[in-house]
Amino acid sequence: MTAVAEQSQQVPVARVATSERLAALAQRHGALAVLLLALLVSALTFDAFASFDNLAGIAIQSSFLVIVALGMTFVIIGGGIDLSVGSVFALGGVLAAWASQWGLLAALAAPLLVCGAIGLLNGLIIARTGLAPFIVTLASLLGARGLLLAITDEGATTYLVPRDAVFLDLGRGTLWGLGYPVWIAVALCALGGLLLQRTGYGQAVYAVGGSEDAASLMGLPVARVKTLTYLLSGLLAGLAGALNAARLGSGVTILGVGMELDAIAAVVIGGTLLVGGAGTVSGTLCGVLLLGVIQNVINQIGNLTSSVQSVVSGAFLVVVVVTQSYLSRIRRLR
Amino acid sequence: MTTLAAPARARYVQDYGVYAAVLALLLFNALFTDNFLDLTNLRTQLVQVAPVVIVALGMALVIGSEGIDLSVGSVMALAAAVIPLYLGSGMWVAIAMALLAGAAAGALNGTLVAVVNLQPIVATLALLVAGRGIALVLADGQLKQIRNPDLLALGRDQVAGLPVVVWIAILLALMVGAVVHRTTYGRQLVAVGGNRAAAHLAGLPVRRVLIVTYVLCGVFAALAGVLATARLTASDPSAIGNLMELSAITAVVVGGTPLTGGRIRVLGTVAGALLMQLLRATLIKHDLPDSTAQLVQAAIILVAVYVARQRRTR
Repeated sequence: MTAVAEQSQQVPVARVATSERLAALAQRHGALAVLLLALLVSALTFDAFASFDNLAGIAIQSSFLVIVALGMTFVIIGGGIDLSVGSVFALGGVLAAWASQWGLLAALAAPLLVCGAIGLLNGLIIARTGLAPFIVTLASLLGARGLLLAITDEGATTYLVPRDAVFLDLGRGTLWGLGYPVWIAVALCALGGLLLQRTGYGQAVYAVGGSEDAASLMGLPVARVKTLTYLLSGLLAGLAGALNAARLGSGVTILGVGMELDAIAAVVIGGTLLVGGAGTVSGTLCGVLLLGVIQNVINQIGNLTSSVQSVVSGAFLVVVVVTQSYLSRIRRLR
Repeated sequence: MTTLAAPARARYVQDYGVYAAVLALLLFNALFTDNFLDLTNLRTQLVQVAPVVIVALGMALVIGSEGIDLSVGSVMALAAAVIPLYLGSGMWVAIAMALLAGAAAGALNGTLVAVVNLQPIVATLALLVAGRGIALVLADGQLKQIRNPDLLALGRDQVAGLPVVVWIAILLALMVGAVVHRTTYGRQLVAVGGNRAAAHLAGLPVRRVLIVTYVLCGVFAALAGVLATARLTASDPSAIGNLMELSAITAVVVGGTPLTGGRIRVLGTVAGALLMQLLRATLIKHDLPDSTAQLVQAAIILVAVYVARQRRTR
């Protein structure tokens, strides 16, 4: 390109680049901005909202969904979807409560092993046979729930964690006023973010989600990369279930129904594109917290029922995805 | 389209496997299950499967367009919640309003998919989350008894030995079959599902076809909600249609409609719904626990999509 041509194009190119950069910025940090705005408005509107106790409550209630949504982030960036996490979450909780009679190690190992195996199975079937992730994980949603019913006498038995078990501390202990699950969720997010942004594996996940064919042509081990994302998702969902069981002190069998949808919603609100190839862990964190804040505010208003909460969450989801699709279109119009 | 031996066999299994499975289950039950061929039992099975069939027919259209509709269960709840609000003006007004609510929900889904270009999973996920919430807000979170005699009759009456609900499902299946195979809209739908870009370049009204498809799915789901409410003799928006999206998608997929779009098997969908219903009934009647039922269901879904996959990689 000649210097003259460059000069004549400079002004419009710069203008397009600015709007494009703004769109990219909004897409990347939109969830954070909305979260801060929601926090500010809630703090100004409700006296009780900004208290440390209330915020710590939001944090611990969100921490389990954060861990599940972290795994979902990997799967969705890799171009897949995992519908089984809700069932796996419940299964992890029941297994942890059942195994807690043999000590802390068993209580963590049992759910991680079984839930990891389910995730691995999801991943292997999806990556090796090319079946639609939606259907494979739908089947394991049913399968995991069936397994849960099988080990609890059709849901009649609720395993209790022994009162003196060290395992309970994992869910109930606090450090600087925040529950352990919160710290674990934060640590896992930090690790997850590092894995995604700073390692070869993370880059491979983006590449596979962006274009599986291109990634395969570049010589990336597509099947292995995809399988690992589902393994991670299964492990994290099982761990979240175990932590929740430690907090509740029992393996509640009816938990986790619809949790996969909350996790997907949080990931999408956080700016991760469902088509794969783009997204961040920090966005997912903001997405979960945003859902937590909405829930908290609706509880504070008092005369509103929890059904209003799902209306607000659903409406929010539409607004976010429509905005995102609009922003993506601006970025593509170069 | 080449017809090699192995793909041809795979296709044969995919096309007729579900009917063979239904027949095998019927045979098994006729031989080994007491009172299975009893008229009352068969009628019960049909009544239970009717709402699933109706929802699955709409779902088959959507899946044929290379989409998916996760909101059908919530739309059923929405329809159930709308009925008591208008039942004072008579049954037909109430049903019309419920169907209108379903159409509105479908129009929203369709617009998000066709105009805003959202992925169908996300677009309909929003309504899955919000729809039941709206239904509960409308109903004040309460179960309402239905006392309108017309509506109760709709759920209870029989014509020529079969409940009205079952007749409606049969009629709708015939109608959808005719629409898919005999109308311009049906051809356009299959073309859009097969290749949206090509359909657009060929000058087909892609957006209109997609929106109509989601509206149909919404109306069908609402109708299923109305019928379920009539059967239940109560409007219960917190329970009606729970996990219906999974049952409907399962029926469609097991019936041999590929998730990749471009092909709609109406009779297969009906057979898929029947198969899942018979399977559940068989397991229950032989005292197998719920856990086994779910594990078997999961296995069946996987086998069905595995068979479908062989055709795709042809």
